[in-house]
Amino acid sequence: MKVLVLGVNHKTASVEIRERLAFNGPKLEEGVLALRQLEEVKEVAVLSTCNRVELYACVGNTAAASERIKDFLAGFHGIKRAEFEKSLYVHGGPDAVQHVFRVSSSLDSMVVGEPQILGQIKDAFEFALAKKTTGVLLNKLMKKAISTAKRVRTETRIAENAVSISFAAVELAKKIFTNLGGKSFMLLGAGEMAELAARHLVNNGVQDVMVVNRTYERGCELADEFKGKAVRWEDFLREIVHADIVICSTGAPGYVLLKEQMQKVMKERRQRPVFIIDISVPRNIDPEINKIDNVYLYSVDDLQEVVDTNVHGRKLEAEKAEMIIAEEMEKFDRWMASLDSVPTIVALRQKAEDIRREELERLRSRLPGLDAEQMKAVEYLATAIINKLIHPPTVALKEDSEDRDELIAMIKKLYGINGEEE
Amino acid sequence: MGIELILFEIALTFYFAAAIVCVLELFKGTRTTSTIMLSLAVAGFLFHASNIIARYVLSGHIPIANLHEASSFFSWCIVFLFLFLEYRYRLGLLGSFIMPVVFIIMLSSSMLPRKMEPLSPVLQSYWLGIHTVLAFVGDAAFALAFGIGIMYLVQEHYVKSRRLGGLFQRLPSLQILDEINYKLITIGFPLLTLAIITGALWAESAWGSYWRWDPKEVWSLITWFIYAVVLHVRLIVGWRGRRAAILSILGFCVVLFTFFGVNFILKSKHTF
Repeated sequence: MKVLVLGVNHKTASVEIRERLAFNGPKLEEGVLALRQLEEVKEVAVLSTCNRVELYACVGNTAAASERIKDFLAGFHGIKRAEFEKSLYVHGGPDAVQHVFRVSSSLDSMVVGEPQILGQIKDAFEFALAKKTTGVLLNKLMKKAISTAKRVRTETRIAENAVSISFAAVELAKKIFTNLGGKSFMLLGAGEMAELAARHLVNNGVQDVMVVNRTYERGCELADEFKGKAVRWEDFLREIVHADIVICSTGAPGYVLLKEQMQKVMKERRQRPVFIIDISVPRNIDPEINKIDNVYLYSVDDLQEVVDTNVHGRKLEAEKAEMIIAEEMEKFDRWMASLDSVPTIVALRQKAEDIRREELERLRSRLPGLDAEQMKAVEYLATAIINKLIHPPTVALKEDSEDRDELIAMIKKLYGINGEEE
Repeated sequence: MGIELILFEIALTFYFAAAIVCVLELFKGTRTTSTIMLSLAVAGFLFHASNIIARYVLSGHIPIANLHEASSFFSWCIVFLFLFLEYRYRLGLLGSFIMPVVFIIMLSSSMLPRKMEPLSPVLQSYWLGIHTVLAFVGDAAFALAFGIGIMYLVQEHYVKSRRLGGLFQRLPSLQILDEINYKLITIGFPLLTLAIITGALWAESAWGSYWRWDPKEVWSLITWFIYAVVLHVRLIVGWRGRRAAILSILGFCVVLFTFFGVNFILKSKHTF
């Protein structure tokens, strides 16, 4: 039994590929159930967010299973294998475990330390749990992924990073505008980091909030959250004239705002300064815009660099987080190894043998009058009893059945065999 | 040595000390250094004021009669405006960009002949006070706009290039720098306009014609045009920020040339 991870994320795949591979709405249930039906896949869970699509599976043979899953993805999403295969990463065994832990700890996020990913992972596993597509292994993996993420959060300062990026954005805005009170702000698109930064700006006094979204309804929801107004996608160029601060995170594959358009906007707003933060990957705003007078454009990477002035400290925190992950991986490995049936059979025999010896010892001290032959008969009786008792579970463990992992866990519990981690 | 000269030397020394602290402040500034710098500037300012009053009492006319007195009065106006801005807006680091300028003007002033001469009959007029005070207060506003303009360009460079080290944290925001720059020019420009008008009136009463194409007059007019352009493009097209800052720096260079350059290079009826 091995853990297998297959997926694409913001680093390996374009938004377009990510969108085509996404398991949205009803597709999630359909997909998870269909994946579970595959012969090679024993357990499965699916994580689908705007930055990543990942499948977590428990399989016997990683190579065969990953081939099978790739075919499945191509068929399920109606996309050619060649189109997404290059963007796809496949991890098996310990690498897969490490990957899951790094994702849940937000080390693999676009903005390292952003807190939403943990919740998304929890949701993904809980959904799979409800659909009964996971088993002992993935359930344990999920529990571990969550507790590892919590350890990373409390024992390192990684989580401060996302907060400090929005903080840096606010600090910068203050060096451009003095006072954010009375400034107007446009949120173009949506996304965790964008919303986090938006919240920081609003908390610092930004007043007029405009929310632009391709889906007007989603825009309205977000606008309500910020007590602002929703603007239709078609109107955003007209409305951007009124925005002093713009945060852009639309997930569009190309530029949504070009230099010439911005020059016109600046003329219309009589050169009043604008601060634009482009959180999108790939970038949605032409970097050339920064060359226009009174326009200040920052990307997430720029903000990250601003935050990174203390690079040494941050590296140290990341190293600490990786160390925690390594520690947790080791524990998980030990647990996985203990799942294997041979050690369990050995432990079960050992346990029975221990009981037999103990009881014979007791008998000997209670009935010292027994002669050698009688003693031998009693010993034989005891051995026969324990052998008969442990025979069926041993056979069951040796069988290569589908629910063997569960069986092992159960037997350990029933007979009180330890050998688990911690 | 007369009392007024001693006062001048003391003021000069204080300004020198303030300028040194200001430059040091660029490298490592704390609350204490800025308090020290301000105290030095205030002390210099007070001694400087006593020097001007002493000269007024001794000579019996407003002490703006030769280049030494004029540049001394000019720098006194700059310090006055600087302290006012510092009191009103608490712009960190403004001193670092202004006090060295003050010190340099004072130093040149100290090297010029300081003798108090009786006023030539042409200058003996109430216009002397009005015309020169207007001109120098206006020029002082332009000097501050110059310092603020440099601060704007430095800060803008940090924000544009996304390198937020160095002075970024301690420099004020772009918006406030741009606003104050604009305010200073809206103060300086009408004063300069009035100075040119009063100058013309005075010329008429002294020499019988309003405008004689004297180099000083011509360069004042050029200065006037530059600041007129700054205000015009700002109000009509909305030019602000970097371009306004560059224009105000350029404007002040012309002011300095009008003030010193014309006297040394070109021949003028103006003694300063």
